[in-house]
Amino acid sequence: MTESLYEQLGGEAAVNAAVDIFYRRVLNDYRINRFFDNVDMEEQAAKQKAFLTMAFGGPNNYTGADMRQAHAKLVKKGLDDSHFDAVMEHLSGTLEELNLPQDLIGQVAAIAESTREDVLGR
Amino acid sequence: MTVRKIKLDEQTVLCQPDEPLLDSLLRENIEISHGCRQGACQSCMLRSLKGKPPAEAQHGLKEGLKRQNYFLACLCYPQQDMEIAYSHHRDYVTYATVKAKQMLNPEIMQLVIETDEGLDYYAGQFVNLKREDGLTRSYSIANHRMHGRQLSFHVRRLSGGQFSEWAHQELQVGDRLAVSEPQGLCYYQPGQPEQNLLLIGTGSGLAPLAGIISEALHDGHRGDIHLYHGSSDLNGLYWVEEMRSLQQRYANFHYTPCISRGEPNPDKARGRAHEVAFKDLTALKGWRVYLCGHPDMVAASKRQAFMAGASLSDIYADAFHVASSSVD
Ligand code: FES
Repeated sequence: MTESLYEQLGGEAAVNAAVDIFYRRVLNDYRINRFFDNVDMEEQAAKQKAFLTMAFGGPNNYTGADMRQAHAKLVKKGLDDSHFDAVMEHLSGTLEELNLPQDLIGQVAAIAESTREDVLGR
Repeated sequence: MTVRKIKLDEQTVLCQPDEPLLDSLLRENIEISHGCRQGACQSCMLRSLKGKPPAEAQHGLKEGLKRQNYFLACLCYPQQDMEIAYSHHRDYVTYATVKAKQMLNPEIMQLVIETDEGLDYYAGQFVNLKREDGLTRSYSIANHRMHGRQLSFHVRRLSGGQFSEWAHQELQVGDRLAVSEPQGLCYYQPGQPEQNLLLIGTGSGLAPLAGIISEALHDGHRGDIHLYHGSSDLNGLYWVEEMRSLQQRYANFHYTPCISRGEPNPDKARGRAHEVAFKDLTALKGWRVYLCGHPDMVAASKRQAFMAGASLSDIYADAFHVASSSVD
């Protein structure tokens, strides 16, 4: 059997390494950080971790409906494609910063991309 | 494997072999918040009241939570019968006698009590103090652990604050109080003596920080320790001399009292404590950060500390305690 994407990336340790970098990048980005005002940071970091675990192909049972529900409020506040793109940028940027191989980064990006319609409530 | 009995409050639930505890509880219509069901979101956190939970069920929790026997229900396959609680159980573990009251500044009183039984706590944790009629408030322990059964607290007097007004005016040396089990995650963890520490507190938020600092210094902490204590005016500061003399004794301890309003003062920094701190210290990668005081300050500082490079797992703040002791 070949290793899963999650295993190739380094499993939970890799997710943990990515969370801080990713979340810091997102909070630093004036285009999107207003969506993260007034949220509890620990709660938010736990969510980021769940998201990254999913994007890394790790164990999760997120459904499209969960994604919709979780972002419905943000969509009301104006969340759109440009914001989704910004997050995608930070996702790849994070993985590059961690020196992960390009083909794996591509696979992660593809999984994350597959949530776009649900996240944006379309 | 056998079926395990799980006691939660008044209810007993049977957990089947190979069934995560979360599922057994939900099956019995017990409301447990949950999300990912795989240990990532930590929303299903519960606490074991009798003994250690299974180690796998503590996966990913902060060290402090582990030590206090918190665990995640979705990862928990009970190995024995368990008694569990939603979060903090509010049992009062001991009683105490008031030993001394002393004003530290016009608003804040140091209250010293001696407990009937020794308490196992960490510097920076808090306890609930309960008056005879049940009125209860949380206060941080302001001393380190070498004090045996003596605990001291900084009680800020708030107009209309029932407990604090009573403690200031009526509570007498010799009176008795009930004391809860020590709680809270904002405390000093020994083990990384080289790590730099940043502590930011406002008002009586100095109490837990002072406890943490004396514990750290006592423990031989070698990293730099920076304390920023702030208040709106001069009256709100206290222990300035104590902290200054500590600074003289320990080369790695740095103290900055801050004042945000009123007359400028030559030997106090001007501005709010966290603003002064983050202006001085801009690179916090690898640092451990403790935050105590006003909830807005704590929330803003958490973010700033994180942005300056501190890892979230190295940022300690206790929102509950902040809400109940420093604000009232
Ligand atoms: S449900 Fe998410 S950690 Fe248990």
